[in-house]
Amino acid sequence: MIEQTADVVVIGGGPAGLAAAISAKQHRANRVIVLDRNQWLGGILPQCIHDGFGVEELGVSMTGPEYAETYIEMAKSQGIMFLTETMVLRFNEALEIIAVNKKGILKLKAKVIILATGCREKTRWYSMIPGTRPSGIYTAGVTQALINLYNIMPGKKVVILGSGDVGLIMARRLKFEGAQVMGVVEFLPYASGLPRNVVQCLDDFDIPLYLNHTITYIAGKERLEKVTIQQVDHTMTPIPGTEKQIACDTLLLSLGLIPENELAKTIGVEIDDHTGGPLVNQRLETTIPGVFACGNCLQVYDTVDMLSFDAKKTGQYAAEYFIRKKAIGQNSKKGLIVHAGVGVRYVVPQRISTYGTIHFTLRVDKPRGATTLLLTAGKKEVLKKKLLGVNPVSMIRIDANISAEIFMAANELEVTLCDN
Amino acid sequence: MTIEKEITCIICPIGCKIIIKKEGERLNILKGNKCKKGIEYARNEIFDPRRMLTSLIRVEGGEWPLVSVKSTDPVPKDKIFTILKEIHNTTIKAPIKSQQVILKNVANTGINIITTRTVHLLKNNNFFYKR
Repeated sequence: MIEQTADVVVIGGGPAGLAAAISAKQHRANRVIVLDRNQWLGGILPQCIHDGFGVEELGVSMTGPEYAETYIEMAKSQGIMFLTETMVLRFNEALEIIAVNKKGILKLKAKVIILATGCREKTRWYSMIPGTRPSGIYTAGVTQALINLYNIMPGKKVVILGSGDVGLIMARRLKFEGAQVMGVVEFLPYASGLPRNVVQCLDDFDIPLYLNHTITYIAGKERLEKVTIQQVDHTMTPIPGTEKQIACDTLLLSLGLIPENELAKTIGVEIDDHTGGPLVNQRLETTIPGVFACGNCLQVYDTVDMLSFDAKKTGQYAAEYFIRKKAIGQNSKKGLIVHAGVGVRYVVPQRISTYGTIHFTLRVDKPRGATTLLLTAGKKEVLKKKLLGVNPVSMIRIDANISAEIFMAANELEVTLCDN
Repeated sequence: MTIEKEITCIICPIGCKIIIKKEGERLNILKGNKCKKGIEYARNEIFDPRRMLTSLIRVEGGEWPLVSVKSTDPVPKDKIFTILKEIHNTTIKAPIKSQQVILKNVANTGINIITTRTVHLLKNNNFFYKR
């Protein structure tokens, strides 16, 4: 067995892992090692060949591969070590990691571990679509990898279920590569991807968007032959008599993403049912001391820009955890629990262990017009913010000052929406 | 002729809905843009709609079979498929650096097509895909 020690071990070399590693190094962590099971770094970015990355963060619009290479070069120039084709098998509360690669079994003793394990796509079984089981059914991200990395065209006549960004972007990619895109089917009354992607991926090419529709049957013996789409009512129940058949040989599923925390769960990192990611405190530390989380395994982000921004915070907090452990200090009080109240789907962090300015990220449960966001501690109002309009597809970011007085007096905080 | 229209800005992920009013050749941006970039976008969308174009070019002898590429500037919307055809008819040899110019003045637009990633030479047992 090969044994090594490190200050910081980052599990996952995608955008979150890279940003966290760079930030940890900049905050005086010495030995930073990034592990990734793929042969390459950058995670999903090399297959996201479209542009628009970096606008919010760096003020320039880049493609996914360019954004990834910027971070990879930065990381390499700072002396961060990488072990690719290395799969973490398990780790424990003593922060010892067991991993495997072509050289054999590796044991890494870390001072702090950062989880950056990303997310996975939901599959056909998640939405339980009835019908046969022919070939030709893919998730959108897998299709993106097949076309953009491996030069494999999955089919010729395509229907896309789900209007998330990956689905919209794939509609355009398939069109560019000569496929016929029959339409995008979305069960909600609005597209779940960014407005700009509806414009430049669907509207530009007259690709129909079937809102309030879902697929109710998949037909085909060997290969997919057709799907049945049907209108749904406001309770998401298919309306009889609205069935319509679309002939196609390929179905792309863009049903959304689920944080990948199988590894974290094995050592008992507590998971928030609403985010699908670890429960964290304001320093993005999980319920296992010394284990931090960032990126899409913490919560699924809208854009890589905001993901990197938060992952850098994780890197900083992780480095400070062992460098200035005393200075940070954990208050003797157990801390505050943060609740998602009326109108709010989730809030990160879910716990607060000390007072000060806290950065919150949250999502609402459904689209609303003008509304007021309230942060309360018991009956005391901590923050009140007017919002012009909210949508579950756009993450809301707020900073709030939790005073020592509030921290000591209250047991919980609640974030709610209150319509004007 | 007066046209009032809503344009969704595609410059950044916010996607502002910009209301414009066009009277003959005169264009007024009425409201909706949260930044200056929206004004220029809405103007172009009416008089000269353009899009950034990204695609892939075949690679010979590389660790990957393709290299991702982009247009150096947004290209006229009606030239997209002409440009894609030129891109599809091109093959280049590894090794490839990022930002290398592959097609100059593509479809007479004055715009170049450049690579957006590195593709190393294929060495023994170092390929990312089954050939």
